[in-house]
Amino acid sequence: MTRIALTALMSHWVRNWLQLAMLLAGLALATALWSGVQALNSEARSAYATAESLLAEGTAERLDHPSGQIAQDRYITLRRAGWQVSPVVEGRHTLGSARVTLVGIEPLTAPQGAGPALAAQDLNAFFAGRAFAHPQTITEIGAHDLDLHPSDAVPVGTVLLDIGRAQEMLDTEALSYLHLLQTQPAGMRPLDTLAPDLRRVPAGEGAELGGLTDSFHLNLTAFGLLAFAVGLFIVHSSVGLAFEQRRAMFRTLRALGLPLRTLTACLAAEMLVFALIAGVVGLVLGHLLASFLMPDVALTLRGLYGAPVPGVLQFNPIWAASGLAMTLGGAALAGAQALWRLWHLPILAPAQPRAWARASARGMRLQGGVALALAVLAIALTLGGDGLLTGFGLLAAALLAAALAVPLVLAALLRLAQRGARGPVAEWFWADSRQNMPRLSLALMALMLALAANIGVGTMVASFRATFIDWLDLRLAAELNVMPASAQEAAALHPYLSDRADAVLPMMRVDATLKGQPGQIYAMKDHASFRDNWPLIDPVPDAWDRLAAGEGVLVNEQLYRRAGLQSGADTLDLPGVGALPVLGAYADYGNPLAQAVLTLPQFQAAYPDAPVRQFAIRTSDAAGLTASLQEEFGLSSAQITDQAHARDLSMSIFERTFVITRALNVLTLSVAALALFAALVTLAGMRLAQLAPLWALGLTARRLAGLELARALVLGALTMVLALPVGLMLAQVLLSVINVQAFGWRLPLQVFPADWARLALWAMLAVLAAASLPALQLARQGPADLLRVFSRDR
Amino acid sequence: MQHNLAKPAIHAAALAFGLALAPASLPAQGFAGLGTDAEGFAIPQRGTALQFPADHGPHPEYRIEWWYLTATLSDADGQDYGVQWTLFRSALAPQEDEGWDSPQVWMGHAGLTTAEQHFSAERFARGGIGQAGVTADPFVAHIDDWHMTSHAEEGADALDHLQVHARGGDFSYDLEFIAEGPLVPQGDAGYSVKSPQGQASYYYSQPFYTVSGTLDLPDGPVKVTGQGWLDREWSSQPLAEDQAGWDWVSLSFDDGHRMMGFQLRGTEVFTAGTWITPDGTPTPLPDGAVQFTPLHHTRIDGRDVPTHWRIEWAEQDLSIETEPLNPNAWMDLSISYWEGPLRFDGSHSGRGYLEMTGY
Repeated sequence: MTRIALTALMSHWVRNWLQLAMLLAGLALATALWSGVQALNSEARSAYATAESLLAEGTAERLDHPSGQIAQDRYITLRRAGWQVSPVVEGRHTLGSARVTLVGIEPLTAPQGAGPALAAQDLNAFFAGRAFAHPQTITEIGAHDLDLHPSDAVPVGTVLLDIGRAQEMLDTEALSYLHLLQTQPAGMRPLDTLAPDLRRVPAGEGAELGGLTDSFHLNLTAFGLLAFAVGLFIVHSSVGLAFEQRRAMFRTLRALGLPLRTLTACLAAEMLVFALIAGVVGLVLGHLLASFLMPDVALTLRGLYGAPVPGVLQFNPIWAASGLAMTLGGAALAGAQALWRLWHLPILAPAQPRAWARASARGMRLQGGVALALAVLAIALTLGGDGLLTGFGLLAAALLAAALAVPLVLAALLRLAQRGARGPVAEWFWADSRQNMPRLSLALMALMLALAANIGVGTMVASFRATFIDWLDLRLAAELNVMPASAQEAAALHPYLSDRADAVLPMMRVDATLKGQPGQIYAMKDHASFRDNWPLIDPVPDAWDRLAAGEGVLVNEQLYRRAGLQSGADTLDLPGVGALPVLGAYADYGNPLAQAVLTLPQFQAAYPDAPVRQFAIRTSDAAGLTASLQEEFGLSSAQITDQAHARDLSMSIFERTFVITRALNVLTLSVAALALFAALVTLAGMRLAQLAPLWALGLTARRLAGLELARALVLGALTMVLALPVGLMLAQVLLSVINVQAFGWRLPLQVFPADWARLALWAMLAVLAAASLPALQLARQGPADLLRVFSRDR
Repeated sequence: MQHNLAKPAIHAAALAFGLALAPASLPAQGFAGLGTDAEGFAIPQRGTALQFPADHGPHPEYRIEWWYLTATLSDADGQDYGVQWTLFRSALAPQEDEGWDSPQVWMGHAGLTTAEQHFSAERFARGGIGQAGVTADPFVAHIDDWHMTSHAEEGADALDHLQVHARGGDFSYDLEFIAEGPLVPQGDAGYSVKSPQGQASYYYSQPFYTVSGTLDLPDGPVKVTGQGWLDREWSSQPLAEDQAGWDWVSLSFDDGHRMMGFQLRGTEVFTAGTWITPDGTPTPLPDGAVQFTPLHHTRIDGRDVPTHWRIEWAEQDLSIETEPLNPNAWMDLSISYWEGPLRFDGSHSGRGYLEMTGY
């Protein structure tokens, strides 16, 4: 009996293969987008973990100095006092054709970690210069003369080697910081008296990659979830349709004596099999998608956060399992309604599929109520909430409210149109559109969400881009930037440059904890380059003069907003300087760290050991100066960056940053179009009974098909119009809530109507594509098919 | 016991020493005239006179070397203690260079044994940077804050008066060692043969220390006095290929005599020793003269370690049985072995130290 029941259930899909294809495609796409995003996230997170476990498994505290350097004899002093510390040297270095971070360790004293374990494979060789790097980094380096070995334990962009070799290559005799081992003997002189100038950094604080990049991954996850939800719309409508179409079959099977329990189990099993098939296909697609996007994600994370993420995706079984679980859960969610209705189906219920259900006033009121409640929640979150998760909560509530409101608003609009309609066909057109709303509403909601997301994210990116370009042009006022290789070279370069350039602005910085956040203090020479080009946020009067007089600090917007500072009212504690009033904030896009700026003399007094890392040079003859620097000092081209190059570099990083966002946007819209297609195909099969009387009254099949097409376009256009304010609201929330929380900067909203027009065009094309196949089928419908409608007992 | 994560990456360091302390894998290359092995390390030559104070200092051209101090101690209540302080040097290449280029690696071991407990700690350091090392004149041996520093008077041997300190996670000690007798060369005037094939080291001792000072234990400080013994040894290939480990004792007899003896366990057992009169006159004991018989084994971490021995020297009618202060005196470090104080009885009685490796 069960076998017969299964055969009967399956026969439906054989006859309606397109429906089956829709169902499978919907599930597979939802799985693919969700799991693809998760694959990207997990790959990046495992890269952070690699970076954190390289040196100390994330458990060892650090000792560092604000200048970023510790003299080597300080290490010996601490060891000879009994403190178990281990030295590390870090620095940027050009190796072959890549710029890498050299990490020099001392394996005999190092805390346990992946790095020392690599060194231990052959200590003799390690001391003699053996180095380790990620295979991808080795490829990027190309030709080199190191004893370089590949290892996945080393983060991308890092070369691990012995501390002595690292010092040699970095041309330094100093250390970058010390690891403080977790277990220390008792009875030593305390560090406070032994090394009062060294800062004790708790374990994990140096490894803030995870925290900094959280917002980026949350963004990706939100997108994946949105796509997944849209995909589930497709599944839901396919499953719902199949249920309606099989009502007669269910009744017959039940009448033949098939127990309800068995029938329900059969239907559930059917769903499970489909979910498994679609899930596996989705995982494959998701992995392909993620592999395709991974290089861009890696570049974004490296550009934005300096996070060492490889551009190659590794397969992860946990990721696959969780993706499949998500598919099964989603299928269960989408199929639950059908199963529930089957369970409650009276055995003698009318067996006709119901092409449309009259929109029940009660259902509509309920939906309206939920939408209203969500809108109120969104408003409450706007007023009272804080934090990234609240921001996303606000977005979710607002988007869901808007989506739920779509059928209500569309119904109202259609009613309005109906009132103004002339002639029977027009009146029928509007009335019929209203009647079909319940069937189409889910697909239209999905379309609205996808369009709104497109508008919102597009506006945010474009606003950011416009602001960023203006800011970049101001920031990159210096014609040349020169990076000295060592302190000696810096000392030699300074007078030489001063004689030949209009202005030489040395760039120095020290690391510091600012308001409890990892950050940096920079030195700024009082110069028009800054006064003219750095627009300040909330400055106190004469902020630049007061900065030059050493009466305060400027902070970057990130620190200003995160710490809730107020210019003129608040002070900032700087190690080695004390508390200074905050004079204003400056925009500092693309930097995850807190930042404060001191005037140069004050900085040099507080941190005499800080090396000059870069000279910004104002000159009218950049090319000539570059040539003479290369000739006189033998500077490599990597050490000199001109304005145009710096701008190109920054812009390319910026563009890369949003490649993923754009790609996901397009995919979401595609899924929404597919949802609409599924809904229309579904509808077309059942609407014959409604259309046949019109045909009998004299409307041709071709005319009817045209009307169907027109209806889809009208609904699509109305949805696009509705999506516009929702999208702008989304953009506003992204710019003023999410961005501030995630990155620390607030951007002005700018509108780009041309982008909307382009999107509208694409949306209409998508709707047209979705509607044309069912319309075409209708147009080709022969009189026999239409006549047959009347032969049935309806 | 330290937690795993808290330990330094000692596997790395152990590896460096594993190279040196494990039996050498190459047969001796030291036929007359050459004096170096295949990798350029010097090898000991019979008939080379020891030079002081220079030989108190390091010999970087040899592969391994140690400054090995042990002491049998007692407090006012008559409780026994044992203390070990050792600095090992291991060379990856037969030279000394400046800074991080130095191929010399240093390892410190400290042990403290009571009847109930055994404490141990270790330290590692690269040579060349000042974290560890030895200077002959003025004599200082140190690694981190552990040190053995000479306070000898002008004209006296540098090792006649030493101040010694070491510290672990839960113990530390500060002891003063004053020599009551001369330095004693082991083997043939300091040339100590280690196998029938001729592997050898340079080896001399200062076995006549009286010791006083303070032990810092988890229960508080304890004032102690007792006797100490310093071994100095360097070579490039101490063991033959088939030798898996050794059992070594230093004994102080109640009548003022001293004795050093060891057996190297290989395909055949190789023994050697030195009988030392109270005035410091040594008599080398050739292979087979001393006999070691295990009497009782102790199970430690899955190993059967012979912690009680009968030691016999038939020629002098010497037959003693040793009893360890604490049979669990296992040095649970990157390179692990048994090292602890003992008392002995039989034809003679006294106190001593036992070291056993390769179990």
